Amino acid sequence: MTLFCDAIAARCTARSVDGARLHDTRKAPRKQTLSRRTAFAAALALAVLCGLASCDGSGSAIILKNVSYDPTRELYTEINDAFSAQYRARTGRTVEILQSHGGSGKQARAVLDGLDADVVTFGCAADIDVLAKRGRLLPADWAGRLPHASVPFTSTIVFLVRRGNPKGIRRWEDLARPGVAVIAPNPKTSGGARWVYLAAWGHALRASGGDEAKARAFVTALYRNVPVLDSGARGATTTFARNGIGDVLLAWENEALLFTRRRATRDDFELIVPNDSILAEPPVAVVDAYARQHGTEAVARDYLAFLFSDAGQAIGAKHHYRPQSEAVRARHRDTFPALTLFTIGEVAGDWAAAQAKHFDEGGEFDRIYQPGRR
Amino acid sequence: MSVRRNNMPGFRLTLGFTVFYLVTLVLLPLSGLLWKASALSPAKFWEVVASERALAAYRLSFGASFVAALVNVVFGGLVAWVLARYPFPGRRFVDAAVDLPFALPTAVAGIALTWVYSEHGWIGQHLVPLGLEIAFRPAGVVVALAFVGLPFVVRTVQPVLLELDPEVEEAAACLGASRWQTFRRVLFPRLVPALVAGFALAFARALGEYGSVVFISGNMPLRTEIAPLLIVGRLEQFDYAGATGIALALLVVSFVLLVGINAAQAWTRRRTGEEP
Repeated sequence: MTLFCDAIAARCTARSVDGARLHDTRKAPRKQTLSRRTAFAAALALAVLCGLASCDGSGSAIILKNVSYDPTRELYTEINDAFSAQYRARTGRTVEILQSHGGSGKQARAVLDGLDADVVTFGCAADIDVLAKRGRLLPADWAGRLPHASVPFTSTIVFLVRRGNPKGIRRWEDLARPGVAVIAPNPKTSGGARWVYLAAWGHALRASGGDEAKARAFVTALYRNVPVLDSGARGATTTFARNGIGDVLLAWENEALLFTRRRATRDDFELIVPNDSILAEPPVAVVDAYARQHGTEAVARDYLAFLFSDAGQAIGAKHHYRPQSEAVRARHRDTFPALTLFTIGEVAGDWAAAQAKHFDEGGEFDRIYQPGRR
Repeated sequence: MSVRRNNMPGFRLTLGFTVFYLVTLVLLPLSGLLWKASALSPAKFWEVVASERALAAYRLSFGASFVAALVNVVFGGLVAWVLARYPFPGRRFVDAAVDLPFALPTAVAGIALTWVYSEHGWIGQHLVPLGLEIAFRPAGVVVALAFVGLPFVVRTVQPVLLELDPEVEEAAACLGASRWQTFRRVLFPRLVPALVAGFALAFARALGEYGSVVFISGNMPLRTEIAPLLIVGRLEQFDYAGATGIALALLVVSFVLLVGINAAQAWTRRRTGEEP
């Protein structure tokens, strides 16, 4: 880097290397050498490019690429180890799972643009629908191929407040009160933030018996209380927990549980469970086009089936994701607080409709920030 | 610069490489940008590019980048001066530290800066009671951009300072110039082109910065939303055309500004008699 900058500095200052003197002293180049050298350089460039392109060489292990969203890092690390062990015991073959994490929408775009995921485990169904509709990478009825509409674990949105709950936050309505600073990420840039927004919208819609004007007034009041719109859910958590901004964080249940259970943080925060919230359903799917290309269809299907098995469900519960299996859920009854969970279908139709109505340019969310409504 | 008859060997080879390199790394992606943006009708393009939110975002992006680059010219120039002129213990360490903003992932920088400058942070807790809020305000954006731009100014000015011949200053002193006169009349004019170049680099770098700013700015629409964030927001909606529309507007304005800065640089160089 220093070199690079020195070079730039040299361009703008050092006059001594410039032109004339050198030009006069050198002889004209010989034609033949030049063309041979050109050929050599071209070959070299080609070799370097090929080298770069072919660096994902693989041994005998089966490689499976799981492209996932942000907060599942720890969950899939454990799932992958458990699945590999089980697969080796069953078939004698080694499977190595490569993980990729990022914002759900960003990851969907990456797969759409050619990231060859064997399986995707995303934050919302819309992001897999995009792969089916725009990319034709898997059939449109992908959700029906696994139990529970391909959703192995669910979660919800809860409140995280500071110790002692100084602002007395108990219900959704408290978040819209003047003087309460709410930390929530930006639905325009974060998939998790869309769940947060829809949880607030859904609650208000249900509480008012389906009155959209009241729901709009509620989310407007709530987001007016948001002093910082972080670009992602982890950023919002940092703002709230590390930087000490805001009175309440609208958080994923699994993150909130982590905070109130981990020794380092459990004395600083309290979990508040509202009377109702949204049932977040992050789905999983095999990306047929790429799995077929890699010859990994069978192991990819096994991998996803493992998520629904008792072993997989138990790992999910351990990481504070609500398991689908009744038996596993019964074992973790104390972990997950009881509340009414409504689905996105009940409050916004489906993801495509929710996206168009609330989050697209000029939608409900943008209207909160229109200059006239400040 | 005029095109001259060239007798240097290796001209065609190096030119070939240059063209190949620039085409694959710069021109192809940029033409892709143009092509994507052309999916918008002119009316729609204008609506995207000139919406109130977009205008507010450009104002913040260009304004904050400009201020940050200006701050860097002053303080980065000072850092370069200290590093080039005074031997002191730990100089090599400081010299290396200047490059840190190059190496550090910008998100890490953003999180650290936000933490330090927010209400309960080390610096913020002293500033906020005085009414000086930095994090989640446009001032925070300037701080983050000043951070990423600092090495550009230092690294352009430092080598120039090192190359200045001490004899010139000695001559000035012998001829009766005061220290201030020596600096103003002899040293400073030689530094101006490097300072302008450093400014241009820091400014250009700041315009596209996303990673560190999104943490410290608070991202409030119309107030602390930078233009790159609008682009990311559009991409999240799979609105590639809208995103590239804003990107294109940003690019055209930056290009015009950079051409202007380069012209200014050429002018200062001529004025200071550096041009052959």
